[in-house]
Amino acid sequence: MGTRKNSTPSKIIDETAAHKSLIDRRSLLRGAMLSAGIAAAGASIAHADDGIGANAPAWMKTPGQTFVGYGMPSKWQEKVQRIYTIAPGRAGTGSSRTPLHLLEGTITPNGLHFERIHNGVPDIDPAQHELIIHGMVQRPLAFSLEALMRYPMETHVYFVECAGNSGGYSQAQPQQITAGEMNGLVSCSEWTGVRLATLLGEAGVTKEAKWVVAEGADAAAMSRSVPLVKCLDDAVIALYQNGEAIRPEQGYPMRLLLPGFEGNMNVKWLRRLNVTDAPVNARDETSHYTELMPNGKARQFMLPQQVKSAIIKPSLGMNMRGPGLYEISGLAWSGAGRVSKVEISVDGGKTWMRALLNEPVLSKALTRFRLPWKWDGRPSILMSRATDSTGDVQPTRVDWVAQYTPNQNYHFNAIQSWGVDAEGTVKNVYA
Amino acid sequence: MSTRKFIFLFPVMALVLMPFVFGAQGPNLGRPLTPEEVRKVDITVAPDGRGLPPGSGSVSVGAPIYASRCQACHGPEGAGKPMEQLTGGVGTLASAKPVKTPVSYWPSATTLFDYIRRAMPTTAPQSLSNDQVYALTAYILSIDGIVAKDAVLDAKSLPLVKMPNRDGFVSWWPKPPR
Repeated sequence: MGTRKNSTPSKIIDETAAHKSLIDRRSLLRGAMLSAGIAAAGASIAHADDGIGANAPAWMKTPGQTFVGYGMPSKWQEKVQRIYTIAPGRAGTGSSRTPLHLLEGTITPNGLHFERIHNGVPDIDPAQHELIIHGMVQRPLAFSLEALMRYPMETHVYFVECAGNSGGYSQAQPQQITAGEMNGLVSCSEWTGVRLATLLGEAGVTKEAKWVVAEGADAAAMSRSVPLVKCLDDAVIALYQNGEAIRPEQGYPMRLLLPGFEGNMNVKWLRRLNVTDAPVNARDETSHYTELMPNGKARQFMLPQQVKSAIIKPSLGMNMRGPGLYEISGLAWSGAGRVSKVEISVDGGKTWMRALLNEPVLSKALTRFRLPWKWDGRPSILMSRATDSTGDVQPTRVDWVAQYTPNQNYHFNAIQSWGVDAEGTVKNVYA
Repeated sequence: MSTRKFIFLFPVMALVLMPFVFGAQGPNLGRPLTPEEVRKVDITVAPDGRGLPPGSGSVSVGAPIYASRCQACHGPEGAGKPMEQLTGGVGTLASAKPVKTPVSYWPSATTLFDYIRRAMPTTAPQSLSNDQVYALTAYILSIDGIVAKDAVLDAKSLPLVKMPNRDGFVSWWPKPPR
């Protein structure tokens, strides 16, 4: 549409055909005049041969762009951006969200992975960066990036989700924001790196060790206590994300990847692992990511992200265009394992139908679910309810909220609802 | 293999097998660190005081440091604005409007020291001396009377500070209680 001014006659014909609902009197007239012109030319010059160009779009009639060193998305996709606001004086603190409502599939493009930063993204010289393992080990060791590159590596698809994701649902009134604004603190990548257990094995963890304090090389020296059993299980020192070196905002040159555990523990710019016997009550495991119960006590170390799902299509901002066939689609995940089942309701939870899960359904990774829906034009309430391989099922929002003091917004994993009214407008509703 | 030979070989076999017990075999490319190298990077402080450095600081020394380095963001006496509120809220956690502050909510006084030392002030992290961090910790804790106005904190006294919410956290790892 933006190039209409420079359009050739053939372009106008092309657009007229693509937007049937927009056909108006003027474009019909232009089309008629053009046809008349071609007919006239054909009549005056016998056997004139204009080739096939008259029927081709402009981009088929001129050479395209040459090579670029690192490709970028189409200019037509410029609205697909991470979602963030920068509070005055806090440029380096806060989060940006993945625009889930503008993406498809399960893998998050690297430039759109959500961010949570505590004092800016550090500019680390990889040649000067080391990963230090010390504390309750027989041999304190430092690993350069060059050394780690020589270790056996492994590749897995895992989601990372901030424990504060979907916190808006703890508000008393439904927030009228998009699926990305609400749920965009989850992203999913193919991560490649070195199994942490290998490095801990070389350092020789002693018998009394039970926790590992991980620390980043950012200007917050962000630190978290991690159970040793997780570090000896599936934890990875991740060096690559979707096939390329981890992006600066994801922890370049290396990050801790704790599959399924709350995002904050996946310490970026990882520089130090201090093996110890007890958690240290780091600021980010007391002040943050803990939630108060009505009795005034707080839950701490709710580490695996619980089973969860969200309908992305339709969602707020994607209004229905009249009755007919639509696809309901969304994402489901669990920090405890695979998604085993996603059910969809279009009547506010009275009846449920199983959605199709797109293969492969991977442990601790985003899973795409889909279900065709013939909307009859009547008001509907859409819900998705996921079950994981351990049998855990998403609770209702009412049950989730009842566990806590009002406005506790970490670890929200309850069933979410979108309301569709008779006009087809999609709104966030509590049902 | 004779029993005697097995006994002789057992420690050797155990050494060879050890890496497999802990995890996959790696190429052993870690650079061994001296205790001095570890000391230089180890800034972790545990609730029981392990990791606290030498030095000390008093409430009276901390007050002017707070005024010059912290108050612009955290307000007078830690009241907050534009950034986080540091003080107040003690006794509100079981109410309908809980106020979570480092003083009202954090279970360990060592966390305040550890966090200030590693991350504050955000415009110049790790620019404060250990003495200054002890003094700031003492000043902030004195505002709500968690420590006395004449308190001096050091590696010995800081872990003994009784935070109001020291018993307020329930671990959900590895499982919820009961």
